[in-house]
Amino acid sequence: MELQLGLPLFYFLLLGFAILMYVLLDGFDLGIGILYPWFNSEAEHDHLMRSVSHVWDGNETWLVFGGVILFGAFPAAYASIASLLYLPIMLMLIGLIFRGVAFEYRFKSQRSKIWWNRAFAIGSSSAAFCQGLMLGVLVQGVDSNSLQTSSLQWLTPFSLFTGLAVMAGYALLGCTYLTMKSRGALQQKAARYGQRLLLFVMLAMLLVSLWTLYSQAPIRSRWFGGSYSVLLMLLPLTAVIAARLLFRDLGRVQRQFAAATDINSRHESRPFWLAATLFLLAFAGLVVGLYPYLLPRQLSFYAAAAPDSSLAFMLPGIVIFLPLILAYTLWGYHIFRGKVEDYEEGY
Amino acid sequence: MELDAALLSRLQFAFTVSFHIIFPSITIGLATLIAIWEGLWLKTQNPLYLQLAKFWIKPFAITFGMGVVSGIVLSYEFGTNFSEFSRLTGAVIGPLMAYEVLTAFFLEAGFLGIMLFGWQRVGPKLHFFATVVVAIGTWISAFWIIAANSWMHTPAGHIVVDGVFQVESWWQVIFNPSMPYRFSHMLLAAFITATFVVLATSAWQLRHSEHKAMARKGLSMTLWLALVLTPLQAFVGDLHGLNVKQHQPVKLAAMEGIWPERESGAPLLLFAIPDRQAEKNHFEIGIPKLASLILTHDADGELMGLKAVPADERPNVAVVFFSFRLMVGIGLLMILVAVAGAYLRWRGTLYHSRGFLTLCSYLAPSGILAVLAGWYVVEVGRQPWLVQGLVRTIDVVSPLPPERVLLSLTLFVITYSLLFAVYLYFMHKLIKKGPPSLEQLQQQRIGVKAAGYAVALAKQLKPAQE
Ligand code: HDD
Ligand code: HEM
Ligand code: HEM
Repeated sequence: MELQLGLPLFYFLLLGFAILMYVLLDGFDLGIGILYPWFNSEAEHDHLMRSVSHVWDGNETWLVFGGVILFGAFPAAYASIASLLYLPIMLMLIGLIFRGVAFEYRFKSQRSKIWWNRAFAIGSSSAAFCQGLMLGVLVQGVDSNSLQTSSLQWLTPFSLFTGLAVMAGYALLGCTYLTMKSRGALQQKAARYGQRLLLFVMLAMLLVSLWTLYSQAPIRSRWFGGSYSVLLMLLPLTAVIAARLLFRDLGRVQRQFAAATDINSRHESRPFWLAATLFLLAFAGLVVGLYPYLLPRQLSFYAAAAPDSSLAFMLPGIVIFLPLILAYTLWGYHIFRGKVEDYEEGY
Repeated sequence: MELDAALLSRLQFAFTVSFHIIFPSITIGLATLIAIWEGLWLKTQNPLYLQLAKFWIKPFAITFGMGVVSGIVLSYEFGTNFSEFSRLTGAVIGPLMAYEVLTAFFLEAGFLGIMLFGWQRVGPKLHFFATVVVAIGTWISAFWIIAANSWMHTPAGHIVVDGVFQVESWWQVIFNPSMPYRFSHMLLAAFITATFVVLATSAWQLRHSEHKAMARKGLSMTLWLALVLTPLQAFVGDLHGLNVKQHQPVKLAAMEGIWPERESGAPLLLFAIPDRQAEKNHFEIGIPKLASLILTHDADGELMGLKAVPADERPNVAVVFFSFRLMVGIGLLMILVAVAGAYLRWRGTLYHSRGFLTLCSYLAPSGILAVLAGWYVVEVGRQPWLVQGLVRTIDVVSPLPPERVLLSLTLFVITYSLLFAVYLYFMHKLIKKGPPSLEQLQQQRIGVKAAGYAVALAKQLKPAQE
């Protein structure tokens, strides 16, 4: 009995981990694509692309991983969620296609460069928007009288708003990544945009939270219904502190530059981690509201779980390979550490 | 006309998976070739090998990128378009794909960055290591997805509880009866596809570009490879066919165009037009008794025909029949070319035989065509089943409104057509441009040899420029 709930719970947590990794990693490189139109010279565009061209593929693999964990560990949930969200998923995939191939073709093109710029920016933006939209649907829940795949339940003011919010969040991650990976005028631009985006993201987080609490009684009672609600309040509190620190660091980077002093490398790299912390906290808040459902108040993770034979089969693979993956991924980032140099050659 | 969501979903899956397989077929073989060249370069220090590796890494990169973006679509399409199938068989197929991601996709992606962009960041040995890892990653990836696919053809090791599939023996699920044949045949197919792409390009370069030394090396190597791989492929394919006869006799009947319930001394049909309505072939041209001889090792051996099962359990015979002939035809042509190449080499005229070189350069897409034809035999031949004998395709499609599938299918057709044109354009461009010259390579090597050297040098130069 013990084991029976244990394994599904493990996969539920693993799924959460995969989604979080995806959001953080692909978040910053999709964010670069979202920011793209706000940088105008081809030199800046080169730099933006170069800063992520060696990692985007690995980052996107977390999306595939999340998908197949859902497929392998919770087939029933994979089946209903994927068909319910048919159009947003398809549009996201097409967005990802265009931005993905832009990496390969842009550097090899001359006349068509502008088209690859557009493919990269629009593809990244639409993929991020669709992801936010799906997030909104999952928070909001779907009509309880069975899964009507033919309806357009996913298209609501709330989900449109979360779509925009996720775009802004990714763009913020992108800004902090650029602050770490670039220098000079470009870095300044990133830090400046980062501050503005941060304000918007915090506002959006607040709005989404209030909106959810107002419209969803079960979530409301979870947040305010027990003795542990004091503990839960730590989440928004930490978020505000992290945001404050983040805003200050981005400001310092600008002031140090203006004063023509050397920029403190801690202030350059910390914003990224602070932004990641914000995402982590928002995600934790989300899980608090949704646990134990994969499809809100319809399909819990233990009801959707695959038989133990399947869950146990994947276990050694995860225990052995996930640490390895994390290790060589880190090693890869280590090899390409430091600022992006424009004179570095590709292949 | 009434729109049919099931038909549209099938069309969409067939279209997107056909598009995807084009790219893995090239990258699996090309990654391996590039690894071999880099290894040979490290060993012999012959710069031609480095030139080959550096030249092919660009086409490799764009092909790989296309493979990645089109593959991600597929991993979601099981759920979006075949939700009931995912629910029923998710516990079998899902974990196999999870292993594919864990053991292959992350590996490929993690080391691809170093393989493509790491020339100046790591030493040549480490770079070679990264290339080898990427190549091995592509094989592992093929292993798992072929295991999943083969299980759908020859399911084993499962039990069905309340209509849902569960696994009893993972060993039997993975190494199901058709898996070893399909895996070796597919891997060989990928090697052959890349071999012929390089062969065709080298043949073209030998006549039209100034990098003749490299082109000779490429041509010579790939012709040797073809001489080994293509006969081997025919041999494995033959075994594969025997396996089909044992486990999927209806598919075999469609491949051979056999209608009577039982036929002894069946001819090997070279051409015919199968007619599903009339349940017979028109315009048959065949070699008497040969099919029986090949498949039963007895000229009068008995084979099962399509009429042995009800009409609604037969696949689309014509597609299977013609695809099979196309694949085998290309296979035989490839053997012929490989042998002719060996003969010309023996005569010492290989690099000057204009006719032969021209023929070779037309064979660039031959591998792709054979791969697609092969997959159509396999997949269309399994219909109407999705899991052979257990799950019908028509029963497990998502209950989607047809217009929505039509919309996504239209978007895919537009997107993929556009991208394919772009892909061909850039391939041509890269091939026309040719490899970096030997002097250029020499210069780059300074950076390659001493890691960080070029970066340090450039750093020194930079302030001076500003
Ligand atoms: C025999 C080989 C083979 C076959 C039959 C398939 N694939 Fe594939 N796939 C590969 C061989 C491959 C590869 C060699 O590993 C790729 C191709 C090029 C590449 O970049 O990796 C790849 C890429 C690739 C990716 C992107 C991986 C990444 O993020 O790096 C996904 C998600 C899939 N595939 C999924 C599928 C699915 C769901 C298939 C079946 C329906 C499928 N592939 C058929
Ligand atoms: C990569 C090479 C492949 C090609 C070119 C290919 C081609 C096709 C085609 C043409 C169909 C449509 C058959 C019909 O409806 O008449 C089909 C169906 C299907 N194949 Fe494959 N296939 C490939 C590999 C795979 C793999 C590796 C899997 C699974 C692991 C798979 C799973 C399916 C499924 C789920 C369908 C159902 C849709 C349908 O029956 O129409 N295929 N495939
Ligand atoms: C020349 C003799 C060949 C023979 C006798 C042969 C035989 C076969 C058979 C019987 C199948 C169907 C298996 C099934 O239905 O389950 C098959 C599938 C296939 N063939 Fe071939 N083949 C040959 C050449 C080639 C060549 C040259 C290529 C590509 C370069 C190729 C690529 C494929 C692929 C990709 C498949 C589908 C996947 C698989 O089942 O492995 N074949 N072949």
